[in-house]
Amino acid sequence: MATTDIHTHQDVHHHDDHDEHEHHKTNFWRSYIFCEDHKVIAKQFLITGIFWALLGGILSVIFRLQLGFPEMNLEWLKPVLGEWITAEGKLDPEFYLALVTMHGTIMVFFVLTAGLSGTFSNFLIPLQVGARDMASGFMNMLSYWFFFLSSVVMFTSLFLETGPAAGGWTIYPPLSALPQAIKGSGLGMTLWLVAMALFIISSLLGGINYITTIINLRTRGMSFTRMPLTIWAFFFTAIIGVLSFPVLFAAALLLIFDRSFGTSFYLSDIYIGGEALAHDGGSPILFQHLFWFLGHPEVYIVLLPALGLSSEIIATNSRKPIFGYKAMIGSMLFIAILSFIVWAHHMFVTGMNPFLGSIFMLLTLIIAVPSAVKIFNYVTTLWKGNIRFTPAMMFSIGLVSFFLTGGITGIFLGNSAIDIQLHDTYFVVAHFHLVMGSASFFGMMAGVYHWFPKMFGRMMDSKLGYIHFWLTFAGVYLVFFPMHYIGIAGFPRRYYSWTNFETFSGFTDLNMLVSVAAIITLSSQFIFLFNFFYSIFRGRVAPANPWNSTTLEWTTPLHPGHGNWVGEIPSVYRWPYDYSKPGAKEDYIPQHIPYSETPESNLPHENELIKLEASNADGAIVVEGGKH
Amino acid sequence: MNFIIFLGVVLVLAILYMIFRVSNLVSIAKGGVVDEKASSANKINASLFIVFMVGSLGWFFWYSFAFFKNYTLPVASEHGKHTDTLFWITMAVTVVAFTIISIIMFVFIYQYQYREGQKAKYFPDNHYLELAWTIIPAIVLAVLIFTGLRAWNDITAPASKEAEVVEVIGQQFAWTVRYPGVKDKQLGTVNYKLIDNFGNEFGLDLTDKNSFDDFKSLELHLPVDKEILLKIRAKDVLHSVFLPHFRVKMDAVPGMPTQFKFKATKTTQQMRDYLGNPNFNYEMACTEVCGRGHFSMKMSVIVEDEESYERWKASQEAWLKQNPGYLKNVPNALKEAAMIKAGMQKDPGSSVAEVRE
Repeated sequence: MATTDIHTHQDVHHHDDHDEHEHHKTNFWRSYIFCEDHKVIAKQFLITGIFWALLGGILSVIFRLQLGFPEMNLEWLKPVLGEWITAEGKLDPEFYLALVTMHGTIMVFFVLTAGLSGTFSNFLIPLQVGARDMASGFMNMLSYWFFFLSSVVMFTSLFLETGPAAGGWTIYPPLSALPQAIKGSGLGMTLWLVAMALFIISSLLGGINYITTIINLRTRGMSFTRMPLTIWAFFFTAIIGVLSFPVLFAAALLLIFDRSFGTSFYLSDIYIGGEALAHDGGSPILFQHLFWFLGHPEVYIVLLPALGLSSEIIATNSRKPIFGYKAMIGSMLFIAILSFIVWAHHMFVTGMNPFLGSIFMLLTLIIAVPSAVKIFNYVTTLWKGNIRFTPAMMFSIGLVSFFLTGGITGIFLGNSAIDIQLHDTYFVVAHFHLVMGSASFFGMMAGVYHWFPKMFGRMMDSKLGYIHFWLTFAGVYLVFFPMHYIGIAGFPRRYYSWTNFETFSGFTDLNMLVSVAAIITLSSQFIFLFNFFYSIFRGRVAPANPWNSTTLEWTTPLHPGHGNWVGEIPSVYRWPYDYSKPGAKEDYIPQHIPYSETPESNLPHENELIKLEASNADGAIVVEGGKH
Repeated sequence: MNFIIFLGVVLVLAILYMIFRVSNLVSIAKGGVVDEKASSANKINASLFIVFMVGSLGWFFWYSFAFFKNYTLPVASEHGKHTDTLFWITMAVTVVAFTIISIIMFVFIYQYQYREGQKAKYFPDNHYLELAWTIIPAIVLAVLIFTGLRAWNDITAPASKEAEVVEVIGQQFAWTVRYPGVKDKQLGTVNYKLIDNFGNEFGLDLTDKNSFDDFKSLELHLPVDKEILLKIRAKDVLHSVFLPHFRVKMDAVPGMPTQFKFKATKTTQQMRDYLGNPNFNYEMACTEVCGRGHFSMKMSVIVEDEESYERWKASQEAWLKQNPGYLKNVPNALKEAAMIKAGMQKDPGSSVAEVRE
């Protein structure tokens, strides 16, 4: 299924033979490893993402042990961590910083960007817009393998003698530029930068593909206003990524120059390790501007796909159209635009010009409006619904709850006057873990539970799903809610221990609670892992459309081959949210059902469209073929 | 021992797996796939959401009121009172919004759970509703923005000329403080290339006469009720000055001096009396990750009344006096003035020193 396969849209009628043909011809390597099928690539992203999520979670539990139980003897971790456990059985303070750094990097980039966007953009875009595959299957394959390479490099850095990068996931120079400042800024940082460069390549290859596919390969009738909100979300995400990741690449490149070639982009006036460095005239603030020019859009790169997935899942399981479809698109568009002009709210107290601070405060608080609109729309979608609590639905509800709880604290942090006190305290940690970390993670989980039947043709066990949800939902709140109090009390983040300070000597009880909750939350993820892998092989065989959903992916065969549909790609006649339409026989009408077949439920203006449907019926295939 | 724990874990996992298998087989034996949405699981989950909401909101309000004193830091600066007020106003607004939306959402979740024969309402949009909840948050946010902006502009406005200037320097992993000295009240010029390991930790440029009476301190002494201008710099990597009780935070950036002005309103003693804790001390911390010892960058802060503050300043030895070896860096023409200013030589008469300068 090399390049020939991509061109199957040229003549859809021959697809049947082609499918047969393909199953016999391709070998293991081409079907599962270097595969160009978007569905396989999505699964590759998912499995790699799960691996990273587990690792990132374990790292966080190790440093939570230190924070919750500072007296604990960690001798028993010696077989794994070796020299990073000191002779007294304590975690090395530098390794603590490395853990925090790698936890952040892994979770933000490898799990919630590649694992979430990579999985669901790849899986759902062709299936939901009605395309045989991505615009370029080859680039898509490259995208995964660059990610894989990046993963290997990042993973390797964990095992260096000097440890992985340790200057925080934001890698602010000069700390990240000077190996004499911290051990992790040696080879660990070099590998971090190499891994991120590869990661950015992967993300760009993916993003360009997503955008192209959505614009060009929509099936007949799939106008932009008939696209499911998932696709809209992936579309905006990809655009944000394509525009902002290159800036991170530039930032990283300049940092590489400063580190290895003696330039002074970020360095100036430094005396360290007994000598004054020759670097002169650079500005560490420049790096922060460049970093957050990606870093803030990155928040939405992580969040928007999760919001898209949950919009779809909440509508399906409430059996209602999503409330305010156009307002949802509008708010995502608005968020996407604003996300580029709020970055300096991460920098209110860096010594940046205070006037800039006022501008960014204004812009930042404006972004709360479209976010609020989204929450209200979710709640209204639930109103007078007929809600089925599938695990996917529950995780989506969890997402909305986290988005609300975590979003509201953003109003404090976006206010520069209030941010003076809260900046870099646990209040910030609580805020972004809820609104970005947990909300996106829940979106990803919701997506896995919801689309598992399409991915593997089998159902996941829903009882295990419920247990997984409740333990995780309660666990996440127990981990991050108490951090608000700790933050209001002024506890700074990235502290190995607070006992040096009288001011920060309290809250041993809350810190212990947080750590215990973190351990429980991580442990309950193994229920998911068991459920996931067990169900791939032994789960109940899925019905064709298990959730009675309207979107196109459920019209494919149970195990869609490369090319997705046997025969012609279905045409689309209506928007994706015809749930519980008055007069309809069932409580859902899939997108590929023409209005002419549903006269009983058509709205007046929809009856007008019937004529158009008829006139389009034949010509379009020719047009479709002719296009390529 | 470890082996027994391992065996135990394996056993527990095996039992859990058996339970899972058996319950699976039983449900299949009972008649294959049940209609999950109509099953009791749906009702249980809906109720659990309500239980969760009541429980967590209850816990939230109880803890927030019962432990208020534990998680709020007393405030000891003028602008701090203002930002604290803003903080609590924002808190009131957001908690009201949060509580209402949470209750509505979870009640909807419970109320509109799946029921046999119930049909969801086809309600795709409503422009009035959407307009309402775009405009209302926008107005509320506008109010918060403008109050915040005014506070921010006041805080970041330039300090007055009379402000007491103190320089805070961050390095791995300690703070040092430099005072401009009582004689000229001006900080001397510094240059990072002059920093050495033998004593010139500030990189003091001794060709500048303002540097002669500068003195170093390992405690931050501040006068109460007087505007203070902290001049902040860093020698190696980023640090951040954090004075939690004064609501002061500003990064220390190598190559880019920063500053923060504020006015302390309570002396250390007053705060001790206020808290009923005779051992209380103000502290300064670092809030920008700076390496291995980030968590231990502490400096004691002492706020005292103007009189004892001036007395303390007068009692401090100039840096040059503590490091007389550096006299050789002072230009010959200024040597005597330097010695007088640094208090190394009795002032023969202020008029003479004046002439020399």
